[in-house]
Amino acid sequence: MTAFVSPALLPAILSDEALARESEFAQKRIRQRRTLIISLRVLVLIVVLGGWELAARSKWIDPFFYSMPSMIWNQIVEWARDGTSQGSLWRQVAVTLEETVIGFLIGSIAGVICGILLGRNKLLSDVFSLYIQIANSIPRVVLGSIFVIALGLGMASKVALAVVMVFFVVFGNAFQGVREADKYMIANAQILGASPRQVTMSVVIPSAMSWILASLHVSFGFALVGAVVGEFLGAKEGIGLLISTAQGAFNASGVFAAMIVLAVVALLADFLLTSLEKRLLKWRPAAF
Amino acid sequence: MSVSGRAADTPAIVFKDVSLRFISNDGNATVALRNFNMSVARGEFVAIVGPTGCGKSTTLNMITGLLKPTVGEVQVMGKPVQGIDPRIGFVFQADAVFPWRSVSKNIAAGPLFRGMASKEAYALADEWLHRVGLGKFGDHYPHQLSGGMRKRVALAQTFINNPEILLMDEPFSALDMQTRTLMQDELLKLWSGTGGSVVFVTHDLEEAIALADRVFVLSARPGTLKQVYQIDLPRPRITSEVRYDPAFIELSKRIWDDLRQEVVLA
Repeated sequence: MTAFVSPALLPAILSDEALARESEFAQKRIRQRRTLIISLRVLVLIVVLGGWELAARSKWIDPFFYSMPSMIWNQIVEWARDGTSQGSLWRQVAVTLEETVIGFLIGSIAGVICGILLGRNKLLSDVFSLYIQIANSIPRVVLGSIFVIALGLGMASKVALAVVMVFFVVFGNAFQGVREADKYMIANAQILGASPRQVTMSVVIPSAMSWILASLHVSFGFALVGAVVGEFLGAKEGIGLLISTAQGAFNASGVFAAMIVLAVVALLADFLLTSLEKRLLKWRPAAF
Repeated sequence: MSVSGRAADTPAIVFKDVSLRFISNDGNATVALRNFNMSVARGEFVAIVGPTGCGKSTTLNMITGLLKPTVGEVQVMGKPVQGIDPRIGFVFQADAVFPWRSVSKNIAAGPLFRGMASKEAYALADEWLHRVGLGKFGDHYPHQLSGGMRKRVALAQTFINNPEILLMDEPFSALDMQTRTLMQDELLKLWSGTGGSVVFVTHDLEEAIALADRVFVLSARPGTLKQVYQIDLPRPRITSEVRYDPAFIELSKRIWDDLRQEVVLA
């Protein structure tokens, strides 16, 4: 026999105060777990860097080849304060960043346009998909040598390499995104009265957008690789040149320091792209 | 929607001895539909039932012009089908609303595609939003709605264009039983005001009888017309109640006997 239980007769353990207490406990546990994770992360960092420093100071590894955190930090501070052998550190960062951003923009815009054009045309896509696969599997970094020969030591050769690095990734994703556009959605738009152009603009491109944005994340990193490798192969300024100069002078700390500067730049760019992505894809359900 | 006297004589949709040869992706030819004849009058609600893969959806695609008959002719409003007719509306089985558009932008899509000024289109969309009972959800995105609510969006999106012919391809098959019954009533309510014709494809026999004026039973592949049943249940119908009508039960027994042989074959 189950009788209807009025709220007043609920057992004390389910009263409002008891529930409030329960949620307070639960929230406290969540906060504690978050603190634990952050402190463990800091601990890992301290162990790794401290171990490296200790190993180098007690000569288990040779600091001349492998450097150590304190030397790398000093190198960064020195560069920031007194400038590098090729001018101020900020100037080097600006040059590399400029090459990266220009290459990234040209490569991704061209990639998106070509991907959409090819993805919308069955014949063209059947013909070219094979060659795109081939082009994508070639290690494109080697083209850098060609670009340095053809375009010289200035900015053009680095931008060209960054463009080539970015283009195929973005192109491939845009192409795939266009082909995966839901055929029912396209038919729906057509029957609702959309012209072919309206179908492309309001169905195909929005549905390819999540593919395209995913590729932008990866490809900014590729653009940076393109610019730095380009500077490596021959340049008058930039972080890549800084690394190659440090290498020439057997300055391991210099190589690591330049690497850290690059990592900071890449992380900042990633942060910006993530916020752009969130803004453009706010229609999507939250991931589980 | 007013239909002039002379034009009202021509049926909304005619299939004249239509057969369709279908070529699959690996190049094999099969017959999907054979010697199919059907005539749908203006304002008539027709349901097509049949076993899976018998070419039910194929008939709808030939009305929109997305598929062309190999033999025979399909006419819409007295003229052979040529491309997508703007007087046609289509509700799909799958979710075909645009997930990146808010509900009111989804509903306004048709008028906007057809060149209506955006202010008017959104005013009209707002009207339909209330008519399907989603007044508070205009700014929501489809993923924030339930399956039934998304179907309402799809209905409003289609009805806003004032279609004279409404094609529906198993539109409620993904919904749970209770929601499906509600949506069937919603559909009858929306349709009763328009005077348009409906072709409703379904595998659910009871749904077909509850909604339609005539039920077309197709045979197993290659699909061909097996039998047409006249459904003389009075309108307006309430689908949850009409099921218990003795005439309804009698009809569904007779049609099911017919259909069972085909389902076994399919």
